Amino acid sequence: MTQNQIHDPLVIAGRTFRSRLFLGTAGYPSQKTMLNAVKASGTEMATASIRRIDLSGAAETLVDVLDDRIHFLPNTAGCQTAHDAVLTAELAREALGTNWIKVEVIGDRELLYPDTEELLRATTELVNRGFVVLPYCTDDPIACRKLADAGASAVMPLGSPIGSGLGISNPHMIEMIASRSSVPVVLDAGIGTASDAALAMELGCSAVLLNTAVSRANDPVSMAAAMKHAVEGGRLAYLAGRIPKRRNAEASSPQLGLIEA
Amino acid sequence: MTQVEVRVNGQPELLSDKTVAALLARHDIDVDTKGVAVALNGVVLPRARWTETPLDADDRIEIVHARQGG
Repeated sequence: MTQNQIHDPLVIAGRTFRSRLFLGTAGYPSQKTMLNAVKASGTEMATASIRRIDLSGAAETLVDVLDDRIHFLPNTAGCQTAHDAVLTAELAREALGTNWIKVEVIGDRELLYPDTEELLRATTELVNRGFVVLPYCTDDPIACRKLADAGASAVMPLGSPIGSGLGISNPHMIEMIASRSSVPVVLDAGIGTASDAALAMELGCSAVLLNTAVSRANDPVSMAAAMKHAVEGGRLAYLAGRIPKRRNAEASSPQLGLIEA
Repeated sequence: MTQVEVRVNGQPELLSDKTVAALLARHDIDVDTKGVAVALNGVVLPRARWTETPLDADDRIEIVHARQGG
């Protein structure tokens, strides 16, 4: 690990993270693969959903299997109203003993696209109730600003639709959001492969949250490791500062002392 | 003993012992069970109040836990 990484922790709501990768726990071929992927990713925070227990038999809850050094970030996935999101967050706080919540309020079950109006309402209410709120939102700098102003501890704009693997559809807007945001920006949703995660970090995002790109890869554990390196590489590149793009070539070898043929 | 019908995770269930704790015990859940939360009629019921909270006919109980998620 380099000096830069050691001295470059991410802080959200007073909690320090060495890893800038947050990982989802859904859709892996097996629980063992999920646990190995979590380990390989180096993540310190993993997402979870809150669902009804199966009354016909006790299924293992995520709490029983996940390393207790990993923080939970419960989500409100599937909620379509602020009211449902708030109740889900309250249930998550009771079940997991964490006041951190990824607030997801979708406006359409097929697009899984955030409903900004309901999201802002849920964020405001949950901040009032003492939650650390990380809203999953559109790549809209005004929505991000309003969410931050409402007390969100980070904003999590989408790169492209959930599970699509399309990468970052509008990198200019993500860069704009990251450069203007008063709170950390976590690129959430749409990552397809390692270069997408690296790009998010190069654009100035503070962290990346992804799930499907790892869980549905042919080899989820290797992809988790790839994402770890991509996020680290992208962050270092961002800190190092990329060269400006230019229209013409500029020789990298010295132009003096050329031989004459 | 009279019974009441409540709805547990959307399913009807008949109860004789009409407390939340007794209902949960039927599903192998007690106050020490990790990772579980209960809502009664749309409001979270903290586990410290499971024992004392009575149930009435048509009450809606949700029992949830943390699952895989993104």
